Amino acid sequence: MTGIDENPLLTVEDLTKWYGRRLGCRDVGFDLYEGEVMAVVGESGSGKSTLLQLLSGQMEPSGGRILYRLRDRSTADIWQMSEPMRRFLFRTDWGYVHQDAQLGLRMGISAGGNVGERLMAVGWRNYAAIRDSAVDWLNRVEIDEARIDDTPRSYSGGMRQRLQIARNLVTAPRLIFMDEPTGGLDVSVQARLLDLLRRLVTDLNIAAIVVTHDLAVARLLSNRIMVMKAGEVIETGLTDQVLDDPCEPYTQLLVSSILPA
Amino acid sequence: MTVPVYNFAYLDEQTKRMIRRAILKAIAIPGYQVPFASREMPMPYGWGTGGVQVTASILGPDDVLKVIDQGSDDTTNAVSIRKFFSKTAGVRTTTATNEATVIQTRHRIPETPLTEHQVLVYQVPIPEPLRFLEPRETETRRMHALSEYGLMHVKLYEDIARHGHIATTYAYPVKVAERYVMDPSPIPKFDNPKLSDCPALQLFGAGREKRIYAIPPYTKVVSLDFEDHPFEPYRHDAQCELCGATDSYLDEVITDDAGSRMFVCSDTDYCEKRRAAMDGGQQATATMGHGP
Repeated sequence: MTGIDENPLLTVEDLTKWYGRRLGCRDVGFDLYEGEVMAVVGESGSGKSTLLQLLSGQMEPSGGRILYRLRDRSTADIWQMSEPMRRFLFRTDWGYVHQDAQLGLRMGISAGGNVGERLMAVGWRNYAAIRDSAVDWLNRVEIDEARIDDTPRSYSGGMRQRLQIARNLVTAPRLIFMDEPTGGLDVSVQARLLDLLRRLVTDLNIAAIVVTHDLAVARLLSNRIMVMKAGEVIETGLTDQVLDDPCEPYTQLLVSSILPA
Repeated sequence: MTVPVYNFAYLDEQTKRMIRRAILKAIAIPGYQVPFASREMPMPYGWGTGGVQVTASILGPDDVLKVIDQGSDDTTNAVSIRKFFSKTAGVRTTTATNEATVIQTRHRIPETPLTEHQVLVYQVPIPEPLRFLEPRETETRRMHALSEYGLMHVKLYEDIARHGHIATTYAYPVKVAERYVMDPSPIPKFDNPKLSDCPALQLFGAGREKRIYAIPPYTKVVSLDFEDHPFEPYRHDAQCELCGATDSYLDEVITDDAGSRMFVCSDTDYCEKRRAAMDGGQQATATMGHGP
């Protein structure tokens, strides 16, 4: 870890969510440090997406705490914060990459506007500066800057996903949530996107929580891995360690179910 | 023949009270859209059902009413609403801006400066300035509540990216009293500066959307813009061919099918007053008499 601060960026304690009498996830706890990438893997319905929504402050947990270290180094409980504060955090210090780029982008607005929205939301009022920043970010996610005034509707799936990443990273967040970032893309586009993500996350020292059912994505991106089943965490550890030497029968099943290339 | 008997100004007293409560709330929170139980009016939506309800609830027997549509006193909408109130309320109507105490308007602010004794009632089609950017009502309400207005600038950004300048020419978004972002109804942006620090009370009624909002007298109203693309009111680079005004908002009128056109004041009362004053001074021009 290259962070100056040795305290965790995000501390999660006994996080639980009940949908009425149905369990979303139970007693999830972990620490995440600056610049660290953690993957959450598991089959459909194992509570991965529930967990991500709880962590990113979009859904209120039934129990447990989420503590986040703010830029001024004070630690705050996400759900004790006022709503404007939480939403401000979500737009500035955090990012959220949806599996479906249409959910994360404004499809009727040009790429430049999509990237610039967060800047304008934090008070940027200089058109030229916003534009420059948008051009810079399009270059960084390998989108031709000549496409800056086109809407994402005219973009391919891979480009949309890269635009979504640019839109999230423009305010230099410290923590980014990704829900199946490569889902629904073909294999070559996936590889390129993963490459890009890995580079950006390392360069900018961003902490990330990546939800995926694709163990290859987990292996490529993450330092640590958390395996979930039926709403509970059944195994955690360093990615290579867990994937190479799984302890739990379920994890062994997951790992062995990867088709050999 | 049995003549229908209307309550004063058509609406029943309970309804007027309900609307007045909404108006008071709107004045207390400048720029905030107050929901109200909009009634069916004897005219179609889009013809000023919101404005008519607001006017009906503030009108008293001593009021003098003026109604304009795009600045004009003599178009169908203006004439019908004037007739509606002279029939149902028996109030005196006028076309002279300075004589009126209540002015209902569709899409213009009169050129003649308003006074503290006047109320300007706007007809509003879509009260929510964020609507075309964010379709969810729950979300736009939350954005207003938390003053998250970054999205409004995204719209202006898109304008500049596409046209090189802010191409929004009407319904130009404003910030009222440094808090709420408001749609000033589809007035041309030429009129935006008149919204600010206006001595008259300004009320906005949207009938179909069931919202009332207000700008109290002498309230600061700022048009949104960028540092490097400041707000600029737009006016055709011409003078009125009827009265020669160089400071009024102009309508472009097509006069034949060969491309001939003329520019005339959109505010008919202002134009007529100026022409009358010129006639007094024997200043009649060749184009006189071509009035609408």
